[in-house]
Amino acid sequence: MDIMQIATISLIKILIIVGILFTVVTFLVYFERKISAWIQDRKGPNRVGPYGLFQSFADVIKLLLKEDIVPEASVKTLHTIAPILTLFIAFSTYAIIPIGPNIYLFGKEISLAVADVNIGILYILGLTSLGVYGITLAGYSSGSKYSLLGGIRSSAQMISYEISMGFSIAAVALLAGSMRPADIVASQSGLMWNAFIQPLGFITFVVAAFAETNRLPFDLPEAEPELVGGYHTEYSSMKFAAFFLAEYTNMIIASAMISLLYLGGWNIPFIEKLGLNYNLQTILQIGAFLFKIGFMIFFFIWVRWSIPRFRYDQLMDIGWKVMFPISLINVVYVAILTMIIK
Amino acid sequence: MIRKRKKDLNFWEKIYIVEILKGLKLTFNHLTAPKVTLEYPEVKFEQTPSYRGMPVLVLDENNKERCVACGLCSRVCPSMAIEVQAAETQDEKERYPEKFEINMLRCIFCGLCEEVCPEEAIVMSKDYELAFTNREDAIFGKDKLLVPIEQLRDRIEFLRKNKG
Repeated sequence: MDIMQIATISLIKILIIVGILFTVVTFLVYFERKISAWIQDRKGPNRVGPYGLFQSFADVIKLLLKEDIVPEASVKTLHTIAPILTLFIAFSTYAIIPIGPNIYLFGKEISLAVADVNIGILYILGLTSLGVYGITLAGYSSGSKYSLLGGIRSSAQMISYEISMGFSIAAVALLAGSMRPADIVASQSGLMWNAFIQPLGFITFVVAAFAETNRLPFDLPEAEPELVGGYHTEYSSMKFAAFFLAEYTNMIIASAMISLLYLGGWNIPFIEKLGLNYNLQTILQIGAFLFKIGFMIFFFIWVRWSIPRFRYDQLMDIGWKVMFPISLINVVYVAILTMIIK
Repeated sequence: MIRKRKKDLNFWEKIYIVEILKGLKLTFNHLTAPKVTLEYPEVKFEQTPSYRGMPVLVLDENNKERCVACGLCSRVCPSMAIEVQAAETQDEKERYPEKFEINMLRCIFCGLCEEVCPEEAIVMSKDYELAFTNREDAIFGKDKLLVPIEQLRDRIEFLRKNKG
C-alpha cells in the first residue's frame, strides 16, 4: 500500500471513530443519569424527546449558549489550554484501540484500530499520564483555592495509581509476549481470559482504572461536598463541557482497556468450533467486544452509586500500601506462570 | 432496637471485596424496584391534614368571615407578613377586618398565625403552588384569602385534635 492509501484509510477511520465517540458520549451522559435515577428509585430524565433520549443534546445546546466566564485571577492562556489538552488526550488515546479483529474489505486486510502499533499499550499508558496535566493545569490556572486543591489531588492520585496500573499491564504483556492489543487479545483465546488467570492483576487494574478516570469512589479531584466542583469549579460553557466530554471518553477508554486486557477483548469462547464463515464471526466478535465495553461502563456507573468516596489519606494508603504490593506479587506470579507454560 | 456495633472487622470485611459485592447487589436490586417519582405537573401528591400550605381565612357556614380583626396573627407573625385593619360591624362579633393582607413572599408557612387565632379564622390550606411574576401579585387581599369552610374541614379537625 502506498502512503496516500494508508492516509486515506486512516482519515476515514479517524472520522468514524470520533463521530461514534461523540455520539456515544452524549448518550452515555443520558444513560448515566438514567441508571443513577433507577438505582435511587427515581425515573430520571424523561421530558426531552421519547424517554428523554434527547436530554443530553438539550444540555449541550445549553452549554454552548452559555456565557464563557474567565475569572479575573486566572492565568488566561493555561485556563484555555487545559480543557483542550484534556479533550485532545482523551480522544487520541482511542487511536490504538481496535474494536475487532482485522477485516477484509476490497481485497485488503484492514485493522479496526486507527493505528495498529506494536507498542499500543505503552502509548495508552503514556497518554493517560499526560491526562494529569490537563486537570492539574486547570486547577492551577483557575486562580481559585478549590480548583487548586482539586488539581493537586488529581496529580497525586494519578501518579500513585499509575504505578499499580503499569505493573498490572506489565503482567499482561509478560503473559502475551507482546504489547500489541491484537496479540494480547489473541493470547486470551478460549476461556484463557486474563481476568481468570490473574484475578489479582484484574482487580488492581480495575481499581487503578477507576482512580485514573476520577470516578467514584476515587473522584477526589472533583469531590463536590469538599471542593465545590474541584478542578473545573471556575469553568463554564463549552470549556466545562470539554472536561465533561473528556471524563466520559476516558470512561469508555478505561472500559475498552479492561475488556482488551482482561476480558478477552473480542473473543467469544470456542466460537471457532461453530465453523461460521469469517465475516459473520467477525461481526459477532465486534458485537461481543462492544457488549463487554458496555457492561464495563455500566459497572462504572453502578459502582458510583454503591461505594462512598474514600478519604484522601485512605486513597493514598490503598494506592501505595495495598495496590502497589498486590500488583508486584501479581507480576511475580505471572512470571512464574509464564516460565511453567513455556 | 439498639444494635451494638461490632468492634473489629473480620478478615473478609477487611479486604473490602466481599462487602463491595454485597453493596453492588443491593444497588442492583434497586434498578428494577418500583419508582417513587411523581411527574409533578401532571401528578400531584396528596397532602395529609398536617400539611401547612398557604394561610387562608375561613368563611363559615353562613358565608361570613370568622375573623374578628383582633390582630393577634399580625402580632405573632415572625416575618411580618400579615396586615390587618379592623372596622366595626352590626353583627354579633362587632368587629371585622376591613383590610386583611398577607404577603406571600414574606410568609414562611410556620403556622403561628393559625395557632394563635382565637376564632379559628385563619388556617393553613393545602395550596402550595405560589408563584408570581411581580411583587404586587404576591400580596393577597381578602378576595383571594377567603375560603369556604367545607374545603378546610380536615385541617380544622386536625387542629382541634392536636392544638393544646
